[in-house]
Order: sequence, then structure tokens, then C-alpha cells
Amino acid sequence: MTLALIITALVTVLAAATVMSLRNLVHCALAMAVAFSGVAALYLQLNAEFVGFAEILVYVGAIAILIVFAILLTRSGETPEKSVLTSGWLAGVAVSAMVFTLLGWAVLTSSALPKEIATAPAAPVKNIGDALMGKFVLPLEIVGLVLTAAMIGAVIIALKEDKKDNPGGQP
Amino acid sequence: MLGEQIIKGMAVTARNFFGSYATKERLTTVQYPEERLPQKGNTRQFPFLVYDGDDAEKGLRCVACQICEKECPPKCIYIVKSKDKKPDYKGQPQIYPLTFDIDISVCMSCQICVEVCPFESIKMNTEFELSTADRFGSLLLTKEQLAKPNSYYQKIHPVDAAESDAVIAAEKAKAEAKAKAAAEAKAKADAEAKAKAAVATAPIMPPANPPTTT
Amino acid sequence: MFDQLDQIFVTALHWLVSFVPEMLRPLVTPLICISFILAVFPAYFSIITIFERKGIGRIQNRYGPNRVGMPWPLNKIFNWSLAGFGQFIPDGLKMLTKEDIVPRAADKIVHFLAPVVMLIPVLLSYSVLPFGKNMTLADYDAGLLFFFAVGGAVEISVFMAGWSSRNKYSLLGAMRAIAQMVSYEIPLILSAVSVVMIVGSLKLTDIIAHQNHYTFGIAHWHVFTPWGFIGFVLFFIASLAESNRTPFDLPEAESEIIAGYFTEYSGFKFALFFLGEYLGMFAISGLGITLFLGGWTAPFSFLTWIPSWIWFFGKLTAIIFVFIWIRATLPRLRMDQLMNFAWKFMLPLALINMLVAGIWHYMAADWQRWLVCGALIAGAYVLLGRGLMQNQKLGKRIYRYAE
Repeated sequence: MTLALIITALVTVLAAATVMSLRNLVHCALAMAVAFSGVAALYLQLNAEFVGFAEILVYVGAIAILIVFAILLTRSGETPEKSVLTSGWLAGVAVSAMVFTLLGWAVLTSSALPKEIATAPAAPVKNIGDALMGKFVLPLEIVGLVLTAAMIGAVIIALKEDKKDNPGGQP
Repeated sequence: MLGEQIIKGMAVTARNFFGSYATKERLTTVQYPEERLPQKGNTRQFPFLVYDGDDAEKGLRCVACQICEKECPPKCIYIVKSKDKKPDYKGQPQIYPLTFDIDISVCMSCQICVEVCPFESIKMNTEFELSTADRFGSLLLTKEQLAKPNSYYQKIHPVDAAESDAVIAAEKAKAEAKAKAAAEAKAKADAEAKAKAAVATAPIMPPANPPTTT
Repeated sequence: MFDQLDQIFVTALHWLVSFVPEMLRPLVTPLICISFILAVFPAYFSIITIFERKGIGRIQNRYGPNRVGMPWPLNKIFNWSLAGFGQFIPDGLKMLTKEDIVPRAADKIVHFLAPVVMLIPVLLSYSVLPFGKNMTLADYDAGLLFFFAVGGAVEISVFMAGWSSRNKYSLLGAMRAIAQMVSYEIPLILSAVSVVMIVGSLKLTDIIAHQNHYTFGIAHWHVFTPWGFIGFVLFFIASLAESNRTPFDLPEAESEIIAGYFTEYSGFKFALFFLGEYLGMFAISGLGITLFLGGWTAPFSFLTWIPSWIWFFGKLTAIIFVFIWIRATLPRLRMDQLMNFAWKFMLPLALINMLVAGIWHYMAADWQRWLVCGALIAGAYVLLGRGLMQNQKLGKRIYRYAE
């Protein structure tokens, strides 16, 4: 539990808590970008360079932007006046604390955990590339297929309508 | 092919860039105030008073007729006439302006004062770098500041000055001719009177008063 | 002797660090390198702004700034004529002393943080660029990925700036800017991927080492190969778009939308945005130099005695001059033309470039692969160009009058 880990973890958890407790939606989205960067910093501390940088590239650079665009294009008006917490929030905190302790106990006493903490294996980018093209080529191709399907779907939704399909002009 | 015109355009700009160091004509900038563009012939800014010769007091053409003061649309001219007279270029005694003020913050350079002046004494100057730090006083030009010699006028507006000089010369010639005719007539009348007097000295009756011929 | 000159900064760094006790050395070394970057690049930025103004002026048949001399009271002692190169001092002072106006309805925290969030990723991206031999601040295994990752974080700051101003036009400018940056990131990254395919590593020093041999005296720069040439052209155009530079400066053009997403910024915050934009331009040109133009290597083998950092900054200055040249020459692209260009021309060309790079890698190293790869690339370029220009009806204008 080094100092760096404590600070990074604190920043991430606080940012995540801020995401849920702020009133202004765009502020929440920006706090989420901070939470993503915190997670990337955690990856970097574990010497997982590639994953850390990919996290920043994908999450902060693309997904956070996607979320802010979604908020802006579907604005539901001004910020809500009432509090973000519902009336039964105390019960919610109690339930989540119980679930957290249960899960924590289950994970920490699980037999799947290794007996002692091994040193992190070096994961240079070359090994990741070899693994992706060797052992994990099937998941890679399936993910590519899913992405292609998503892109085709997006293009179809955004495609200009043919006049004879919709003579009235209504979407 | 895509991009062909872009390359051609970039070649043109490159030629401009290197050409601007090679030949001076490519750069059309006039670096004011070190360099100035020559002014055109009919540039006008604010009026000034013309005087002939070297002395601004004696040679001033203005006779304080106040026509320009009355015709000026924004009324920026203020004239105070003098009590005594001085001779003008035709030799006739004329009054002169004691005070001749033009407020150039009001003057709109319409040139009406120049057009109506019968004495070719107020003309348009071309000087425009007249800005001052003093807000109220320095933009009121007095007679001493406004009086400039005829040589200056010939320098800034050569064509107009030539015309003005021709008019003045014509007037002078006319005045001289008139004076000469008058002098001749007077001399003739004198001679006639003298002849008449010579005839009438002998008789007993007192000579009649000679008719006045002035 | 020239080798010592080449490594002069490295030796200076070691000498400085030797004064510090052993424990603090891993902390002090990066600090000194960071201060070097922070000192050099903003100074370079100021000089480049002067070059830009004077260069654009000369191209437009006028002088640029040519009067500013030494500041008072130095001008009493050194009465030198700087021919306008001191212009950045009064410009900087002007930006500093202007009143900082924040709109009343603006979101204060986000409005304040936007220039900061723009500058930090841009400055971070300088840490992986190799400025000379052994002169990289942080030589990561995945250095290229780091660069693109932090480059993507700039878009968040653009959005923050546009949204927090509570100004419809700023928001519109921010949306357009983000759409443009996101669309042009794809050809940017794909053209870099073709380099990574051939080199086999994401480490920037490996990419330079791959370009550091000479045949017949000419270096093996990637730009001298068919896939590298098109890759460089694509990278160059995409980097113009990423830095919001003419002809892609619709989001911030003065005649279009005042200043787009940074309309409501005045004084020093505007200066920070301006600085961030130019520093981003330098960083991405630096990456282009590393990937395609051989980084700090010399083009000809008889010129290797010139120090490596001089080569890097010389190439950087040359590329920036081409940026300035293009800015003075080309008109602005409209938003739909911009998007068409990215998605219908540059993306297919980048994909075909990747294919050609693969073919290059697997063919034997002789003249045939040049022919095949060159023909493929030229054919793709011409066909895609024709496809892009098809919808244009360029000809004599026809007038239609009402009956």
C-alpha cells in the first residue's frame, strides 16, 4: 500500500462518488472522465503500460466525449432543483455496505486467489500483440465482427431515407 | 488529379514570398511615417491665408470683407475688422483683419470659403498632421498660424496658384490701366484748365472758378 | 568533437544531477528535463508566431511586424533593431494585462479549468518525443500509444470550453471542433499504424533506429518509400486538422464564428489556449518527424556530423514553415466538405496504405516491390480523388431568372 496507490485510489473513488452526487449532468460526465484517468493511473502503477494508455485513449478520449454528446443532444432542461438523493437513502447505504462486506469476504477468502503475491510479469507490447494474434485470435475476430455490425447499424440509422419508402416525410 | 491545384497555388505563394525579397515592387506597403505617398493635385485639408511678398502683415491679401465668414456652413471662421487701412496689391487702402480665427475641429473642408473669396486670399492647405494633445486651444488657428506666403501656395497647388496669380495679375493690370487712364484724363483736364486760365488772365472780370474735374 | 556537441545536453543533465544525493536522483532528473521542455518550447512558440506573421505578410505582399526593438530600458543600452522579432514581448504582456472577463452565466469552475485541461495533455505529449540521440524524457514501450492517448484528451477541454461559456455559438464551435478532431484522428492513427506494422514496435526510439541506415548515402527514412510517402501526406493533413489550422480552422475562424469555442475567453486564458494550440501543432509535427522523417537522423550520410537535436529542430521548423505556407495559400473548408474529405478519401486511403505496407513487408527487397506498391498507391489515390470530385459541378455559372 504505497502512497501513490493510496492517492490514486482516493482520487478515483472520490471522482466516482462525485459522478453520482452532482446535480449538473455535464459536471458528472467530467467527473467520470477524472475517474477514468484514475483507473488508468492505477493500471500504470501496475506496470501495465499498454492497458493504461489504451484506457486513456478509449475511455477519456472517446467514451467520455460520447457521453457528453449524448447529454447535450438529449438535454432534458435545466438542472433539477431537488436533491439528488432520494428519501430512503440511508437504507440504500446500509444495503450497499452489507453487499460490499459480503463480496469482499467472499473474494478475499476465495481459493482462486494465489497464495502469495507474485511479481507482476513484464508485459511488453510485443507479448500482447503475439497473444492477440496467436492464442486469442478468435475473440479478436468476434469483437471485430461485433464492431462491424454496430457500425453498419449506425450507418443504417443515419442513412438518408429513400423517398419512395416514406412518401409522407415523417420518420 | 486531386491536389494538383493546391500544389499550383502553393507555387504561386512561394513565388510571392521569395519575390518579395528579390524585387521591392512586390511589396506595396508604404512605411508611414518614414515614407509617404505623394499627394494628388487637388488634395485639400484646411484653409490658410495667402500673403504676397515676405511680410505677413503688409502683404496679406485678405481685406476682412467677411464673405467667407457668412458663407461658411459650420461657421468656423471668426473675423474682427481693423479700424485703419493699409494699401493692398492694387495700391488702394483696404481694411485688414485684426483677428482671423479658423477652428479646424469644426471646419469640414468644403472649400466654400475659397470659392466665394473675391480677393484670392483664402486657399486650401494640404497639411494633415495637425493632431495635438491640447484639446481645445491648439485646434483654433489664428491669423499668424494661417498666413502663408504665395510661394508656399505655388508649391502645394501649382496649377491653382498659377490661375490665382493670373487673376491677380489681370486685376492689377486692369487697375493700372484704369489708373493710367484716370491720370491721362486728369492731365488732359489740367492742361485744358491751364489753357483756359491763360486765356482768361487779362480781362477785368475775375476769372470764373475752373470746373472741378476730379 | 561533434559527438560531444551532439550529447551536450545529456552530459549537462548528468553533471547537474551529480550535485544531488543519490536518493533524490530519480526525482530530479525528470524535473530538469521537464523544465528544459517548458523553457524551450514556449520560447520556440514565440519565435514561430513572429515567423508566421512575417511569413504570411510577405506572401500577401506586405511587411509583417518590423518595428519592435529592444524593450525599455534595454533600448538605452543596446539600441539594436530586432526587425520585428521582439513582437512577442509586447504581445505576451498585452495578453497578461488584459482584463479577465468571465460571463455572468458561465460555469465558473469548468470555464477556469478548460485552458488548464488543454495544456496538460499537450505538454505531456512532449515527454515521449525524442529530441536527439538519447534525448527522450520517457522512452515508454508503448510510446506512440501514449502520444495518441493524451492527444485524445484535448477534445474534452474543447468541449469544456465551449459548453461552460453558455454561449450558443461557442457550443456550436465546440461541437464542430470535436467532430472534426474525432474524424481526423482515425486517418492520423491509421497512417501511424502502417509505420508500426513495418517497424514492429511502438517505441519511438526503435522507429528512429529503423530509419537510421544509409544506402548510397541516402537515409532509409520512411517518407522515401511509397507507403511512407502517402502515410506522411495523410499524417500531415490529419495533423493540420487536429490542430485546427487552415484549411481546417472552421471551428475557430474569425469570420465564421468569432472564435468558436474560445469566444468567451480573454486575457491570459486566451493566451493559454493559443499556446496550447501551437504547442499541440509542434508536438504532432514532432511525432510526424519521428515516424516518417527519421527523427533526429540526417538525410545524407555525409551530414551525420551535424548534432542530432539541430536536425530535429530544423525539420520541425521546416514542417512548421510548410504549415504557415499552407495557411497563407488555401481557403477554408466547409464543414461538410471537411467531413467528406476525412471519411470518404482519407480513411479509405489510410486503409489501403496499411494493405500496401503489408505487401511491402512480405515482398522481397528489390525493385519489384517498389513498382507494385507504388502502382497500388497511385491507383488508389487517383480513383479516390475522382470519386471525391464527382459531385462538383465546376463550370461556367448558369443563371436562372424568375419567369
